[in-house]
Amino acid sequence: MHNSPIATAWTDIAAAMRRYPLVGMLGWQDVRQRYRRSTLGPFWLTVSMGIMIGAIGVVFGSIFNTPMTEFLPFVAAGLIFWAFISSVVTEGCTGFIEAEGIIKELPLPLFLHILRMIWRNILILGHNLVIFPLVLLAVGKWPSWAMLGSIPGFLLVLINLAWLALLVAILCARYRDLPQIIASILQVVFYLTPVMWMPSLMPKRVGSLLLNLNPIYHLLELVRTPLLGQTPTALNWGVSIGMAVIGWGVALAVYGRYRHRIAYWL
Amino acid sequence: MASIEFHNVCVDFPIYNANGRSLKKRLLQVATGGQLGADQNGHVVVRALEGLSFSLNDGDRLGLLGHNGAGKTTLLRLLSGVYVPSTGTARIQGEIGSLIAISLGIDPEATGRENIFLRGGLLGLSKAEITRRLDEIIEFSELGDFVNMPVRTYSAGMHLRLAFAVSTILRPEILLMDEWLSVGDEGFKHKAEERMQELVKSTNILVIASHSRELILRTCNRAIWLEHGKIRMDGDVVAVCDAYFGEPA
Repeated sequence: MHNSPIATAWTDIAAAMRRYPLVGMLGWQDVRQRYRRSTLGPFWLTVSMGIMIGAIGVVFGSIFNTPMTEFLPFVAAGLIFWAFISSVVTEGCTGFIEAEGIIKELPLPLFLHILRMIWRNILILGHNLVIFPLVLLAVGKWPSWAMLGSIPGFLLVLINLAWLALLVAILCARYRDLPQIIASILQVVFYLTPVMWMPSLMPKRVGSLLLNLNPIYHLLELVRTPLLGQTPTALNWGVSIGMAVIGWGVALAVYGRYRHRIAYWL
Repeated sequence: MASIEFHNVCVDFPIYNANGRSLKKRLLQVATGGQLGADQNGHVVVRALEGLSFSLNDGDRLGLLGHNGAGKTTLLRLLSGVYVPSTGTARIQGEIGSLIAISLGIDPEATGRENIFLRGGLLGLSKAEITRRLDEIIEFSELGDFVNMPVRTYSAGMHLRLAFAVSTILRPEILLMDEWLSVGDEGFKHKAEERMQELVKSTNILVIASHSRELILRTCNRAIWLEHGKIRMDGDVVAVCDAYFGEPA
C-alpha cells in the first residue's frame, strides 16, 4: 500500500495507458456530445478557426506589411497549434475537477482523465488541421511530404503537454483559483509567443531574449517550422527534450505524493 | 479467493473553505510567518471514519447499518478503492464490482447501444467482451428498437433498465451495494430480482448498506453498525439488527 511515490504515480499512469480503448471511446464521446445535434458537427470548429485565420491574416499581414504568401500559412499553422496547446492546458486545469463524478465512484486510474482530455483535443486538432492545406492552396502553394516532419515534433509536444496537464490538474483540484490564474497567464503567453507576429519582425536583441526564454515558443517551432518548409533548430529540440525530462520528473513526484489525496480534494 | 482486511482505518476530509482553497491565502500565510498552529495547516478536518478494524473473507455477507452521515458511503468508497485511508491500512484482495450509481457515465445524447459500450467500458469490460454480450444485454433490457435511439428519449424506467442490464453483467468477487436495486414495472422487477439474487450468490463477499431491516436480515450473515464514523457494533446479523432497530415486536 505504501509504495514509493514514483511507483504509485507510475502504476497509475501505466494502468491508464493500458486502458487506451476506453480513453479513445470517451474522447470521441466528448467531441460527439458537444456537436451531437448540429449538422456540421465538429467542423464548426474548423469553420470558426478558418474565419479567424483569414481575418487575422489579412489585418496583421497588412499592418506588418508582410506578403500574404508568407504570412497566411504562418498564422494558420501558429493559430491551429496554439489553440491545441492552450486548450490542453486550460482543460487540464479542470481535468480532475470535471471528472469528480467518475473519480468518486469508480476506481479507475486517474491519469485516464488526462489522457481522455488530450485525446479529445487531438481529435479537434485533426478537424482544424484541414484548414492548413486549404490556406496553402489559397496562396498558391502546394502541400509537400516534408510537412510530415512535424510528426516527431508533435509527439514531443504531446509528451510535454501531458506532464503539464497532469500537474495543473492536481494543483487546480487543490487550489480552486488557479484555473483563473492559468487562463490569464496563457493570455499573456499568447502575445509573447510569435503566433500572430513573425519572429523576424522583432529587433534582434529583444527578439532572441523574448523567444529563447519562452518554452512554448520552442514547442510551437517543433511542429510549425516543418509545415512552413523549414526545420526546427537544435535549440528548439534541446529545450523541448529538457523540459520533458524535468517536467515529468516533477510531475511524477507530485503525482505520486498526492495521487491518493485527489479524491479527497474533489 | 477474496478477502478484505481493515486495520485501524481513519478517513479525514479536509474542509477547504473559500479561503483555505485559495493560493493567495496560502502565500500570504507563508509571507506573514504562517500560523501553522491551529491544526497543523490551519484547516478544519472532518473525521468521517475512525479506527475501523475488521476483516471479511469468502462467504461473508456484510450489512452496513447506521444513520445518515454515519460513514456508510465513505466506507463503501474505501472498499471500492476510490478513497485510500488517511491513516491505517486497508488490504483488499479480489476483483471489486459496485452497483452504486449504475447510471454514471450514461450520456443522454448517445444511443442506447453506444451507452452500453460507454458504461461497460467504464466498468472495465473490453470492447470485444461487450460486443459478445451485446445481444444478451439488449434483450435483458427489453428496449427493442429503442436501443438505437438517444437515451434522452427514454422514460425514466427504460433508462434504469438499460443501466441495470449493463451494470449487472459483471460477476465480481467483491460486490458493493448501497441499498437493493429494484427497477422497472412488475414484469421486469421479477427478472431483475432474479438476476440480483444470482449476482449476490456468485460473489465471494457482499457488502451492502441499507436502512431496511428486512433486507439486511434476508441477504446478510453479518452486520456492522456505524455511528459517528466508528464501529458501534459488529457481529451476527440478527444480534446487530436487534440492537439497531430494536427487538422485533
